[in-house]
Amino acid sequence: MKKHEITMKVNGEVRSVIVEPNDVLLDVLREKLGIKSPKIGCERGDCGACTILLNGRTVRSCLVLAIEADGCEIVTVEGLGETLTPLQQAFLDNNAFQCGFCAPGMILTATELLQKNPTPDDDEIKEGISGNLCRCTGYQPIVDAIRTVSRSGKSGGRGKSGRSGRPHE
Amino acid sequence: MEHVLTQEKTHVVGKPVIRPDAVEKAVGRSRYIADLTRPGMLHAVTVRSALASMSSVRIDPSAAAAMPGVVCIATAADIPGANRVPLVFQDQPFLAESSVRFHAEAVALVAAETYLDAVRAAEAVRVEGVAGVPCIDPLEALNPSAPRIHGEDNIFKAYDIERGEVDRLMASADVRIETTYRTPHQVHAYLETQGMLAECDDTGGIRVEGSMQCPFYVQDAVAAILGLPKNKVVVVQTTTGGGFGGKEDVPSIVAGHAALLAWMTRRPVRLIYTREEDFRAMSKRHPSVTRVRIASTSHGKLLAADILYTLNGGAYATLSPIVLWRGTVHAAGPYRWDAVRIHGRAVATHTVPCGAFRGFGQPQVAFAIESAVDELALKLGMDPLELRRRNILREGDVTATNHRIDTSCGMQEALDRAAEAIGWAERWKPAPSVIPTGRTSMLRGMGVSVSFYGVGLGAGGKHLARAGAYVQIESDGSVRIFIGNTEMGQGARSVISQIAAEALAAPFEMVHLGSTDTSRVPDSGPTVASRTTVMSGNAVLDACRKLRLHLDRTAADLLTCADDQIVVSPGRYSVRDQDWRTIPYQEVVAGALSNRLPLATAGYFVAPDTSFGESGQGNPYMTYVWSANAVEVEIDPATFEIRVLRIAAAHDVGKAINPREVSGQIQGGVLQGLGYGLMEEIAIAPNGVMLNPGFSGYLIPTPADAPEIIPIIVEHPFPDGPFGARGIGEPPLIGVAPAIANAIANAFGVRVRSLPLRPENIYAHLRAREGDR
Repeated sequence: MKKHEITMKVNGEVRSVIVEPNDVLLDVLREKLGIKSPKIGCERGDCGACTILLNGRTVRSCLVLAIEADGCEIVTVEGLGETLTPLQQAFLDNNAFQCGFCAPGMILTATELLQKNPTPDDDEIKEGISGNLCRCTGYQPIVDAIRTVSRSGKSGGRGKSGRSGRPHE
Repeated sequence: MEHVLTQEKTHVVGKPVIRPDAVEKAVGRSRYIADLTRPGMLHAVTVRSALASMSSVRIDPSAAAAMPGVVCIATAADIPGANRVPLVFQDQPFLAESSVRFHAEAVALVAAETYLDAVRAAEAVRVEGVAGVPCIDPLEALNPSAPRIHGEDNIFKAYDIERGEVDRLMASADVRIETTYRTPHQVHAYLETQGMLAECDDTGGIRVEGSMQCPFYVQDAVAAILGLPKNKVVVVQTTTGGGFGGKEDVPSIVAGHAALLAWMTRRPVRLIYTREEDFRAMSKRHPSVTRVRIASTSHGKLLAADILYTLNGGAYATLSPIVLWRGTVHAAGPYRWDAVRIHGRAVATHTVPCGAFRGFGQPQVAFAIESAVDELALKLGMDPLELRRRNILREGDVTATNHRIDTSCGMQEALDRAAEAIGWAERWKPAPSVIPTGRTSMLRGMGVSVSFYGVGLGAGGKHLARAGAYVQIESDGSVRIFIGNTEMGQGARSVISQIAAEALAAPFEMVHLGSTDTSRVPDSGPTVASRTTVMSGNAVLDACRKLRLHLDRTAADLLTCADDQIVVSPGRYSVRDQDWRTIPYQEVVAGALSNRLPLATAGYFVAPDTSFGESGQGNPYMTYVWSANAVEVEIDPATFEIRVLRIAAAHDVGKAINPREVSGQIQGGVLQGLGYGLMEEIAIAPNGVMLNPGFSGYLIPTPADAPEIIPIIVEHPFPDGPFGARGIGEPPLIGVAPAIANAIANAFGVRVRSLPLRPENIYAHLRAREGDR
């Protein structure tokens, strides 16, 4: 198959890599660029473990062809900074992951959520992270962690119902 | 040294310290098995059977072997050692020989230069044979005309417990209930699929790394398949992305396969499962059918229980005998019965072998007995909480196996606190007497369940009820620990480090628990049965006590007092009642080392004795966790959609070494229990093929499904546990589904006797009831 060179800014660094048209971005990041934090959980967009920020928006990198990311900016948790972000620290403080396999994707999803909506209530937090599966925590510590760093965190910030939103409510 | 164990005031134990591996996980630096590579590493793929039942199997790898990148294709004939996974019965081959007994059974292995090369070649391996008619239902498999899958009768194992005059009490009782309950397969759905990396070393041995709960099981398996002595096999656990029982026995197969290919090719081999293959081929929670007969007086005194408990074990025995045993022992619930009869049996079918899953045979029987007790309460016209209060086990009572509860028992406190947290006394109302279908407003209801959980392997695995540990204090005072149990996310690293820090008076940050490595500690049994805190915790304490002899001696010399006058606080050794006579921990370490005292030693712990004798009588476990769940739900009477509003989950853990980790286990276990109750279900077609092998067809709870979960920690100390701890991993899952089922019955007046309680299943149940009329 024809090979293409693509160039991406990955965690602040410009990287060029040769890919085939059917190479998946997740595999290119992991195998060709050595960025291992996006995890392979299902390879079909169900679990969210491979979540990355592509031009500032979360995508499941298992559903993106590498060639589509040519010229794009990519951020993974490796690129969030030298020190822990307040959100990462809140994940630690709240025991918001156990096995840790969902953590990189979950943290990126929560990062985007707070950028879009700095004052989410609990319903909005649950909605925001509902595409990321976690089998260990029961999610409540994750919601707690996100709430504590949201601007509404200090005033409680619980949703109108204080619970998950469902259409019939 | 007794004070090391019994000191009442603890400094690190009991504190919600942050897990020591948290930063690495938060920044993406943790390395799971799929993140590791080796120079020259080959990629492996498993060739699996397309049929669920096949005899006269022939495998033709010739076309595949000629494909690009293929380095090795292995079949059963290539195995240098024994082609049997070493477990209870040793009936499962690593690779199928002449017959296949379930869809997706492993028949051959391919190793290639790239993963895609291996995938393509695996598809080209021809597997032929004579197709059989699969039997996928356990009750059908008991029929004499069913195909023979295991032995003469398709029964892997049966157990009996009998105490008292069941038939007499049942016949003369005022009130009786007889019902049958069904539960489905449940999938662990750990986010990291199975994976192993094997490489030969330069001493004629092999090293295997990967995702696992039980490195010593893996060591047994690799030694068996290669025919090597165990001292040539090193197994190291990598950071593990969840287990929940699903990485107890089946990693032995994955490791055996990777090791076989590495042995044949003399190159490193990595074998990582896809999600679909993990669903199809790895162990599951056993589906069950449980018939319950219970009887009471008209005042609600429980008299007799008669339970027939049947598990679908799948195609090979694997862990079914001991899953069955645990379920049988706990089948009558944490109640005082005058008489009990329990018959449990695990049956072979042409389906994926079922194995360990958090709860290990207990969620099935808990759903049955806790639903039945609620049905009894309804018949008695009694509040189900009150019926339980009158009959739960307390200190001095005996269980179904005649085990007298003579240590501590937090059953009543757990029940009372769970009920209080949910507002039972204020808001519980009896179920509607007419089913209010078609109403437009939501209906609310409350349900409760109780359960108990025998900690450790007990009499079912007595020979493994011991654990080792190694503790070494470095010259800077930092502490290196190795244990034989694993961290898979549950918090063992926190808990073990806290126990060691407390015992040595070392600052918590200076304690490091290394990766579990079979060459560092003796066989410590599996990381299962919620046993790590008690088993490895006590083994670490044993080592620390030995080190404290040297540290206390040194401190006493430096402080010029007697050894037994030394008391400790975090980072300090002092003279009792003379706070000003004190030196830092590091100076004590330096002093001991300059005196050439050894600051490295092994610890060992042997569990208290257990028994399971004639008629299933004895003390099967060293101690029990006592648990209660109280739930409030809402159901839409038109669509049957269910919303769990809140779950209060109370557990007597003895002592919470780390309350945050205990809460984490409760919250996570509860949500898995909610999934089991409301949505998780594997569909298997009559031809034995799983129809929903992935997260889009098999639904696990998402954040939107998570109710408010209220963890309640009850602490009645277990005298033989480290600082009084019992354990916690599994109990949180067990009682959730029955509490939800009971709440739905309370809200809606409908008792559904099979899981999961999906709207379509409730609808089908109501239709069937209408049909009965």
